[in-house]
Amino acid sequence: MLEILYFARLREHLGLAREQLVLSATLHTIADLVEHLAARGGKWTLLRDDVRLRCARNQNLAALDTPIEAGDEIAFFPPVTGG
Amino acid sequence: MANSNSLTHASSAPSVSSPALSIRVQSADFDLAAEFSALRAQLSRPAQTGALVNFVGLVRDMNEGEPVSQLSLEHYPGMSEKALQAIAAEASARWPIQAVRVVHRVGDLAPSEQIVFVGVSAAHRQEAFAACAFIVDQLKTRAPFWKRESTPKGSRWLDARETDLARTEAW
Repeated sequence: MLEILYFARLREHLGLAREQLVLSATLHTIADLVEHLAARGGKWTLLRDDVRLRCARNQNLAALDTPIEAGDEIAFFPPVTGG
Repeated sequence: MANSNSLTHASSAPSVSSPALSIRVQSADFDLAAEFSALRAQLSRPAQTGALVNFVGLVRDMNEGEPVSQLSLEHYPGMSEKALQAIAAEASARWPIQAVRVVHRVGDLAPSEQIVFVGVSAAHRQEAFAACAFIVDQLKTRAPFWKRESTPKGSRWLDARETDLARTEAW
């Protein structure tokens, strides 16, 4: 199982703050996960199409080629604007 | 998610090479005098401190030509504290500083309210100024906080600024 979190403008766009997903055998990296989620179509394609989106694996900034494992917390979010 | 919105690591050894880092994310306002005193109290050998630099970020009432009535800050609980801790640790690895204290607020803030406090102590002012500026610049592009502002035309998420990214990379 994966815990997936969405923040800020992306959370509002998707209308979802978090979800759980069964980690299937075809999902090896964050890029695989992005493709899997974008395949839902509609508003979900933004995950693949917006190149500015960032992601984190277990609360560390991650890249598209970062491997994922069952039990991971994966987060997607826009560029940060704190401070 | 783990409910850890406060990470404090005070070095046990009385050495300037292992600085005390205190990181907090909270919705409540902070008292500048109290943070300043707490930063001094973090010092294991206060008589070796020659400089204390404090930065406070405030909410402005105008942005991109629009009056701003409220700023709302969202964050990623857990990761925001972790990212601030990592930035503070990086600063202490780059400069011989003695203590770092960071407080970042979240939630709804009005113009003129305090958003962020960064305090750094060191033997000399150059390191304290540099490390403080480094921490502020880095947290703007690396710590997971997002601002949404309310204007007469409605509310809008702020976009990341190229100038902020450039400052982060310049270090």
